[in-house]
Amino acid sequence: MLKVEKLIFEIGSAGRRGYSLPKLDVPDADMKELIPEDLLRKSEAALPEVSELDCVRHFTRLSQLNYSVDTNFYPLGSCTMKYNPKINEKMASLPQFADLHPYQPESSVQGMLELLYETEQMLCKICGMDAFTLQPAAGAHGELTGMLIVRAYHTSKGNPRKKVIIPDSAHGTNPASAALCGYEVVAVKSDRNGRIDLDALKSVVDGETAVMMLTNPSTLGLFEKNVRQIADIVHKAGALLYLDGANMNALVGIARPGDMGFDICHVNLHKSFSTPHGGGGPGSGPVGVTAALSDYLPVPRVKIKRNRFILDAESKKSVGRVRAFYGNTGVIIKAYCYMKSLGGDGLKDATIEAVLNANYLKARLKGHYALAVDDEPCMHEFVLTGKDKKGFGVKTLDIAKRLLDYGFYAPTIYFPLIVEEAIMIEPTETESKDTLDSFVETMIKVANEARSEPGLLTSAPHSTPVRRLDEVLAARELNLRWKRPGA
Amino acid sequence: MADTGKLLFTKTHEWLRIEGNVGYVGISDHAQKEITDVVFVELPKIGREVAKEGEAAVVESVKAAFSIYAPVSGKIVKANAAVEKDPSIVNKSPYDDGWFFAIEMKDAKEADTLMSFKDYEEFIKSGAH
Amino acid sequence: MKYSPHTDKDKKEMLATIGAPSAESLFEAIPEGLRAGKLDLPEGISELELKKSINDKADKNYSTNKLISFLGGGAYEHHIPQVVESIISRGEFLTAYTPYQAEASQGTLQAIYEYQSLICELTGMDVANASMYDGASALAEAVLLAVRETGRKRVIFPESLHPEYRQVVRTYMSGYKVEFTEIPHAGGVYDEAVLEKEVDGDTACVIVQNPNFFGCIEHADRIESICHAKGALLIASVNPISLGVLRSPGEYNADIAVGEGQPLGIPLCYGGPYLGFFAVKEKHMRRMPGRVAGVTKDMDGKRGFVLTMQAREQHIRREKATSNICSNEGLMALAACVYLSSVGREGIKETARQNVMKSHYMKEKILKLSGFELFSDAPFFNEFVVRCGKDPEKIIGDLLKHGIMGGLPLGRFYPGMKNCMSICVTETKSKAEMDKFAEVLSKH
Repeated sequence: MLKVEKLIFEIGSAGRRGYSLPKLDVPDADMKELIPEDLLRKSEAALPEVSELDCVRHFTRLSQLNYSVDTNFYPLGSCTMKYNPKINEKMASLPQFADLHPYQPESSVQGMLELLYETEQMLCKICGMDAFTLQPAAGAHGELTGMLIVRAYHTSKGNPRKKVIIPDSAHGTNPASAALCGYEVVAVKSDRNGRIDLDALKSVVDGETAVMMLTNPSTLGLFEKNVRQIADIVHKAGALLYLDGANMNALVGIARPGDMGFDICHVNLHKSFSTPHGGGGPGSGPVGVTAALSDYLPVPRVKIKRNRFILDAESKKSVGRVRAFYGNTGVIIKAYCYMKSLGGDGLKDATIEAVLNANYLKARLKGHYALAVDDEPCMHEFVLTGKDKKGFGVKTLDIAKRLLDYGFYAPTIYFPLIVEEAIMIEPTETESKDTLDSFVETMIKVANEARSEPGLLTSAPHSTPVRRLDEVLAARELNLRWKRPGA
Repeated sequence: MADTGKLLFTKTHEWLRIEGNVGYVGISDHAQKEITDVVFVELPKIGREVAKEGEAAVVESVKAAFSIYAPVSGKIVKANAAVEKDPSIVNKSPYDDGWFFAIEMKDAKEADTLMSFKDYEEFIKSGAH
Repeated sequence: MKYSPHTDKDKKEMLATIGAPSAESLFEAIPEGLRAGKLDLPEGISELELKKSINDKADKNYSTNKLISFLGGGAYEHHIPQVVESIISRGEFLTAYTPYQAEASQGTLQAIYEYQSLICELTGMDVANASMYDGASALAEAVLLAVRETGRKRVIFPESLHPEYRQVVRTYMSGYKVEFTEIPHAGGVYDEAVLEKEVDGDTACVIVQNPNFFGCIEHADRIESICHAKGALLIASVNPISLGVLRSPGEYNADIAVGEGQPLGIPLCYGGPYLGFFAVKEKHMRRMPGRVAGVTKDMDGKRGFVLTMQAREQHIRREKATSNICSNEGLMALAACVYLSSVGREGIKETARQNVMKSHYMKEKILKLSGFELFSDAPFFNEFVVRCGKDPEKIIGDLLKHGIMGGLPLGRFYPGMKNCMSICVTETKSKAEMDKFAEVLSKH
């Protein structure tokens, strides 16, 4: 068992150096002569004092405490943890991209602007939309941008409207984004298969509905067959329809949100478009709109003028900016490379194989775990419920922790909220049949353990760098930073 | 042992203990069991006006947040700093030391719609929540 | 080029297990009319072809790698120690998921805790979160916090706040009933007399950027007294490298410290991905948006780290959450953590010092040229603004021909400053490069 890794502050010693700067080649001066003392720092920041080797060892050893896609299978529903191609990393790190300053003259960044422009075009084709913005830094940021566009659109028509309709199965960012924009959230019920009840929807849509946010396929992994009727109901009331594109891995190359009646959508480049998760970002959440809404997109937009690429901030109707500069460019480059590498045919095949993998897992697991929905073909993910294991004293949490012992990251648990003891599984297309079979065998083993030796689950994990952590203690006795001794 | 006989209950699992024109509010033993370990309590500011059935406080577990509703309308006159300091008191002593806040009641008659402890226990048994 | 590993045999076996005739049949739930035919994009290409195609695009870019850059304005060219890139490119960090399953994510979680600690040390604040998207959106969320916490309506910011940050704050707040008051600058810094008149009992917050967009260092302690006298919150948007020498937000009693963390080991990358840091005094902790890692023990008593205070976040509170943020800038926070650990206590001071000395050398050289004068006499860190005899847009066009990028014409941001140009000098500029810049400028 690995020892506890010290904090970086607990390593090194006073006076140890790890950095390297050239000698100052201009005249040195007394700092106080250049900057008055009352503007200068009084007490130093107690940053670490370590050698380069100390630093490398510390962080390398920390990395070895992690699971990652590069080392483990992540069947995380809704996260699309597919393989992150290495060539894309290399391309994004080329100095002619990585060393570009955002305020460089446009003439010096034509290759960059061209790449951004082409990325927008590709996303338009994939989503059936007319225009895209690459500004948002993550899916939730894209949702906020979408809500701002909705508000601007309705305001220009005389009434910003008050309400956003969101299914009870939606990801928490949906209502949070709507609320952030000043809207009131109205929940609409989905049936046990995650499909919207059209009558229930009709009863909540009215002249104060600004937009409905929908995830398709839903968070239960099934395609919303009535999506066009939903669009009609919403549009009839003068409202807009927004797609949370977190589940695009089931749609790319197969069906387009624009054709389904969506007016706005966001996609997550760190999901379907293969950019790495980074332990919690950076992501990128481009937002696509129909032509009617394109003037509201954040500025600047990349446009072509007299055969050159320019940044255009002219649009008076734009919602403004949701961040400084243009977007998570370094992430966008990777997604661009991915889309170019796979091409139209490859992107479609990837979707088909993602759905194939999910259905294969479902077919093999349904005899051992209860399905949360009716047994029809799922899309790229499916939801099980751990509630039938409760009788053994075992919760979904315990199943998840036990899987870690077998080298698998756990599936998404306790989401969507409308399923009791939910377990959401999404294999993605980059996992081989061997990996899937190994996962199935492990899941079966754990199901059997739940019956015969539940203690193994409730006390799991056993073989990870730490055993089960006390989250109650962490929340009751908050310790959110190292404090220097004596502080 | 807490004297639950003196308490009145809401359908949302709060209890009210009336002392003069002030009502003390907390949550039931059933509620604290459902919430599991309380890690944080967000109490209302003194002086704040609350409406009957309006959200007055929030209780957090590690995995969830629960709204606590005022059983009667009035003005907040006391807030129990002890549960802010040690949230586990809510689990250990929900009817006594684990009280949240006290309301100077606008209209004592609002308490007429609340349940006795016996009725509350029936209510829980019937699963009507 | 595809990454899925299935052979035809695999697919056949899987379909047999599922009991479906074909993979296409699994899409039956999608109505016929909605099925797209072919995806109208060119065929896929091999890795070799991709490299050639990307290199073609790269060749149309001229980066700070080849050009001598004096550009600043919110994104800064600093030396990035090689260890940063070597650590963050490790697959175990790069391809890890958000650390919800803490037992399988101790590397990421401990790094987040260390990052939070480093930001607190640098800014002098009590608590920091695990990152926000960038400095501008972090500032917007700080304003939101102030408005919600105080219940007041007025937001005061200076003309010297980064123009794009001002836009982002306005965009974020467009659904709320708030009033913005912009305080003009006086000699390049906050006009304190005007500020004092404006701050009142309905002011939620006063924002100060330090150094500001003109590069000038603000008297933040005086702004703090004016601000707190009326019960408003002080939000400081700061340059993290400058905190190697400048007074920290904690030292002047700011309520919230935010800023752009890109200078801390993150490449310029044409504007993103960057890093918004967000730190607060303890009394605002519960309203702080974003993820936060904390220390705890496992069931054997061993120290470990978990995400905590999660009940504030979107996946639990949904519409009542402190923010909607989910994915943040985890890998960039790791980069900052490695950077600050690598430069360390002395390195941050030395780096800041070199920024000051070099920028002041540059200033002296430029002032000796005719046709250039200083916009402000205020003390500055690594950026300063000059007034030019000629149109700065023309000057920078000529400079580019000499392999030099800079400065940044401010007429784009401030209509009244069309003859002004901002010049930034970091530790990356050698004396020879600065002398060359001055020499080329002298021809104007």
